[in-house]
Amino acid sequence: MQDTAASSVDGGLLVGADVHQRFGALTVLDGVSFTLAANEAVGIVGPNGAGKTTLLNVLAGAFRPSAGAVYFKGADVTTFDAAQRCRLGIARSHQIPRPFGGMTVFENCLVAATTGGGLSGERAYQCCVDSLALCQMLHVANRRAETLGLLDRKRLELARALATEPRVLLLDEIGGGLTDEEANNLVETVQVLRGRGLAIVWIEHIVHVLVRVVERLVCMDAGRIIADGKPEAVIADAAVIDAYIGGRGTP
Amino acid sequence: MSTNRGFVVERWTRLSIASSIAAVALLVVLALAPLLFAANIVDSLTTLFIYLILSVMWNALAGYAGLVSVGQQAFFGLGAYFAIQFSYYGISVYPALLLGAVAAGLLSLPISMLMLRLRSGEFAIGMWVVAELAHLLVALDPLINGETGVSMIALNAISPDDRRAYNYWMALVAMVGLLAVVFALLRGRLGAAVQAIRDDEDAAQSVGVRVLAGKRTIFLLAAFGCALAGSLWLGTSITFQPRTYFGIQWTAYMIFMVLVGGLGTFEGPILGGVIFFLIEYLFGETGVWYLVGLGAAAIVFALFLPRGLWGTIEERFGIRILPVGYSLRMFRSDFPPGGGAAAPDPQPSIKPGVAANESKAPPPVELG
Ligand SMILES: Nc1ncnc2c1ncn2[C@@H]1O[C@H](COP(=O)(O)OP(=O)(O)OP(=O)(O)O)[C@@H](O)[C@H]1O
Ligand SMILES: [Mg+2]
Repeated sequence: MQDTAASSVDGGLLVGADVHQRFGALTVLDGVSFTLAANEAVGIVGPNGAGKTTLLNVLAGAFRPSAGAVYFKGADVTTFDAAQRCRLGIARSHQIPRPFGGMTVFENCLVAATTGGGLSGERAYQCCVDSLALCQMLHVANRRAETLGLLDRKRLELARALATEPRVLLLDEIGGGLTDEEANNLVETVQVLRGRGLAIVWIEHIVHVLVRVVERLVCMDAGRIIADGKPEAVIADAAVIDAYIGGRGTP
Repeated sequence: MSTNRGFVVERWTRLSIASSIAAVALLVVLALAPLLFAANIVDSLTTLFIYLILSVMWNALAGYAGLVSVGQQAFFGLGAYFAIQFSYYGISVYPALLLGAVAAGLLSLPISMLMLRLRSGEFAIGMWVVAELAHLLVALDPLINGETGVSMIALNAISPDDRRAYNYWMALVAMVGLLAVVFALLRGRLGAAVQAIRDDEDAAQSVGVRVLAGKRTIFLLAAFGCALAGSLWLGTSITFQPRTYFGIQWTAYMIFMVLVGGLGTFEGPILGGVIFFLIEYLFGETGVWYLVGLGAAAIVFALFLPRGLWGTIEERFGIRILPVGYSLRMFRSDFPPGGGAAAPDPQPSIKPGVAANESKAPPPVELG
């Protein structure tokens, strides 16, 4: 049930068109076409090793795809590196958090605000304080990031991405291992971001959390998109259930 | 600054203002030193300034930009070598010393294009290879007479007393100037960017940091600084022997000063430089054992005091004399219900959520 309209270039804010990613003999993405509309929130699910993070890496510019193209606001950005794309407005979090360990939490955000966001002075500070407040990190603002626990490291991934003042936010499993209350907080935070008009791609195994925020769900398996549409429809899709048999993560 | 928004970002402490004033007073005294102090003290201070330059440069490179180079002696030697060249072609002594450093600094640009492609371990070894190559090539120059070396003859035309004073003043200006440049760069946008590169290059790229440009700026600065130290050394010793100037001991000294003082702190390498200077003054005569002692001390520090003397003091007592970082202070009373929304709002997309979220995360006054 893949949506053929998804491969049109001009329809979306961020588009991956027929993306292939190979590492040596291993094909990790096998012709993936993905479109994110402005103000849209899309969830990506799929079993381990399906290629979700790889797709996000291609969209964010960390990987140059073996074939295919990436478009942002209608312009071909395939040859742009991650830093250039970030400055254009594409921010991402990392599945395994990658804080700047020797810098404080506030300074982590400040780098993002001054480089990715192009802000300076008081506006940069304000942006960092806002991002940290939203991610409930103000109380650890002056701590060196290497001293944070996993939960705060994940929060910092989100806060730092936000500090770049993005148009598009690419989130990779920021909700793993949360308690119910923490998950609720996260859902509220992401809803706030949606309210600000950010377009969001959110990879997450915990589907019941995901469906509270996203209006569209994409399921990947073995380097392909096997389902794409309304969350209820995707969850009920036979191919999706098939991909998860013997696995985990069905709602 | 912006207390109306419910927070301030502190960059200076009271201590830093007081110590800046003290530093300026010290500088005034130092500037007059050749008129006030005995010749051997002036010579010693000149040496100290050169060590401080090396220490601060290596710290900017390794401690802030994460570029651990074991080949900085390449630039130390090249600075002196080019100065000899300029002097040979008739440029007067002190301009030649400066131009020598500039030339070596320019040469570091093409070198950076090769070296900055390499990652950590490869970069360290690559720089060592660069230094060895530079040594070999310079020794091939007929002007240098192979390992025999040459003297910068024009220096002999200046009376020893004048030479001592000029060397001293040039070293003082160079040290203060380079320290000021490093301080300004590290406090600015570049400082945060290169630290991010040091900690995680890919993550830095993901938040928009121009990784190559950031590394290159620091690399060029450190090359120029080390080259200037080398040409200043030539000014004090007059003779140039490739083996001495391109010797790895220079890098060993830099590593020692920075590790003992505090890698990645602004003040640490200055402290480390002074300590190294004193150790050399006291034990330098003992030859091999002196070097063994230096190496052992550096290892002990790396293992047991990884943040060095100053880094440890800074952490334990929260002292920051010349802060390049940022410290955020919140004021609970006026943050954020009024503060966030009342502030002029140039970026409407980023703010409304603060108030919406504030109910479950009241910002505490004391920050960790
Ligand atoms: N840089 C790389 N080099 C080689 N293989 C890679 C690389 N990155 C990813 N892979 C491989 O690509 C496949 C897909 O990985 P990816 O991280 O995209 O999966 P995922 O869907 O995000 O899985 P998970 O749910 O476990 O995070 C895996 O088999 C992985 O080993
Ligand atoms: Mg993944």
